[in-house]
This record gives sequence, C-alpha cells and structure tokens, in this order.
Amino acid sequence: MSFDDWILALHVLSAFAYVAAIVLFWVLVVAVRTSDTPDGTLRMGPVVKIGNACVAIGATGTIVLGIWLAFSVGGYDIWDPWIIAALVLWVLAAETGRRSGTEFMAGMTKAKELRDAGQEGPSAELLAANRTQRGLQMHTLSSVIVLLILVDMIWKPGA
Amino acid sequence: MTGVLALARPDSWDFPLFLHVLGAMVLVGGLLTGASAIAFARGDARFLRLGYWTLLGVALPGYVVMRIGAQWLYSKGPWEDLPEGVDEPAWLGIGWIVADVGAALTLIALILGGIGVRRLRTGGGTGLLKAAMVIAWIVLAAALVAVWAMSGKPE
Repeated sequence: MSFDDWILALHVLSAFAYVAAIVLFWVLVVAVRTSDTPDGTLRMGPVVKIGNACVAIGATGTIVLGIWLAFSVGGYDIWDPWIIAALVLWVLAAETGRRSGTEFMAGMTKAKELRDAGQEGPSAELLAANRTQRGLQMHTLSSVIVLLILVDMIWKPGA
Repeated sequence: MTGVLALARPDSWDFPLFLHVLGAMVLVGGLLTGASAIAFARGDARFLRLGYWTLLGVALPGYVVMRIGAQWLYSKGPWEDLPEGVDEPAWLGIGWIVADVGAALTLIALILGGIGVRRLRTGGGTGLLKAAMVIAWIVLAAALVAVWAMSGKPE
C-alpha cells in the first residue's frame, strides 16, 4: 500500500466513524423521547460521549484527509465541482450537527439540574426538552446532508 | 492487474457500491450503538433492551443491505472470469471472510441476546446480553479491518 492508499483508507474509516455516530445519535434521539426521569436521561451520557468522539474523529478525518487526497492523488483537484460540493456539504453537516447537539444537550442539562435538586421522579419539562422538535429537525437535516456527501463521493458529478 | 480492475469503475457500479457502503456504515453504527448501550447499561433493563433492539433493528438490516450490495457488485465485476493464474485480490478475500464469519457471529449474538432479553422479565439474562455485546465488539473490529482492506486495497 502506498502512502496515499493509507490516507484513503483512513479517510474512509473516518467517514464510517462519522456515519456510525449519526446512527448512534438516531438511536438515542428515539430512545430519549420516552425518557422523563433524570436517571433515564443521564444514563445515556456515556453513549453520547462515544458518539461525540466518533463525530470528532469522523469530521476531522474526513475533511483533513480528504483535502490531502484532493491535492495528492493525480486526476483530482481541489476545485473539482464534486470536491467543492463535498466541502460545502461538510460545513453544512457540521453546523446542523452542532445545532442538533446543542438542542439535545439541553435535556441532559435539565436532567442534571433536577437530579441535583433531588427530583428523581418523572418530569414533564424534562420530557419536553428531550422531545425537542428543533433538535430532531437539525439531526434529520444533518443526516440527509451526510447522505448527500456519500452520494457525491460515489458518483463524483463533474469528475 | 486486479487492482487496476478495481480502480477502473464503470458508472453502472455506482448504485450497488452506494448500497454496499451505506449498508456497511449502518452496520458499523448499529454494532457500535448496540454494544455501547449494553456496555453502559449497568443492569438497567431498559438500556439492555435498547442495546439488543439496536443490534436487531439497525445492525442486522445494515448487514443485509451491505451484503446485497456486495453480491451485486461482485456479479458486475470481472472476478468470476479472471484470467488463469490471476487470483482474486486479498482485499476481496478479507471482505468475504469478514462478511461470512461476521454474519454467523451476528446471528449467534442476536440469538443469545434474544434469549437474554426474554430472561430480563424474570430478573436474568444480563450475562447472555453481555456475551452478545462481546460478540458485537468483535464483529465491529473485524468490520473495521474489512473497511480498511476494501478502501486501501493492500496487494
């Protein structure tokens, strides 16, 4: 394997980490919709951390190694339409993902506040925070954008 | 030569490749989520069930889509009609082994986990779900090796 082959393999592995994190957050988004207790909500914390780590590895790996490949591999240029499209979509996915994370973290914060106040029982306010529509919309949008990046990477329009 | 054959990809391979990669990504995500939920459940039946149902409802469909894409790609490729003396590339062999052994292991994990989930009603089943979790981590590790091999294409 050449150095570029290694970079490509790590680029693809990063993409897998990114999508795996999106799948993980989908499972949590669905699961947290029925969670109205601080304990039930906070139990998801360690799994959220794994998802966040995968997003960090995936997002960084795809963009850094992707740009490296655009410059290094013959036949591709950074200004190729499909590469520019991928860069724009990556920025949009990162921003919508960040907004989704902020929305859902409000539920975790609320759960901590309730637990610290000694309220361990069901809370309608916590349930409402966990069922954030804006968070759901942002996560859906982020997922669709990442799917478009995958389509772009495979079909390479304009290449 | 087989490397060249793999790189020169006709347009008609794009959709099967998309299915293959998307399925593999969902499989990896399902394995990661299911195994993580069971790992951090700390005996919480709701979280143990979440882990199991993620393996069944996310990882398994991901595997099926990945495998359909793989077979479709294989049928379109030159692999069945390679010239005499030319072997299938190593990365393809790694992919087959991981897919077939991974399928068997995933089924074992789902059976063990399914029995475990049933036993949760009577207060048992945690051990079986942990066994399913260990198998899921193993399949996940093998899947990542397959991703490395299929994207880097080592000779």
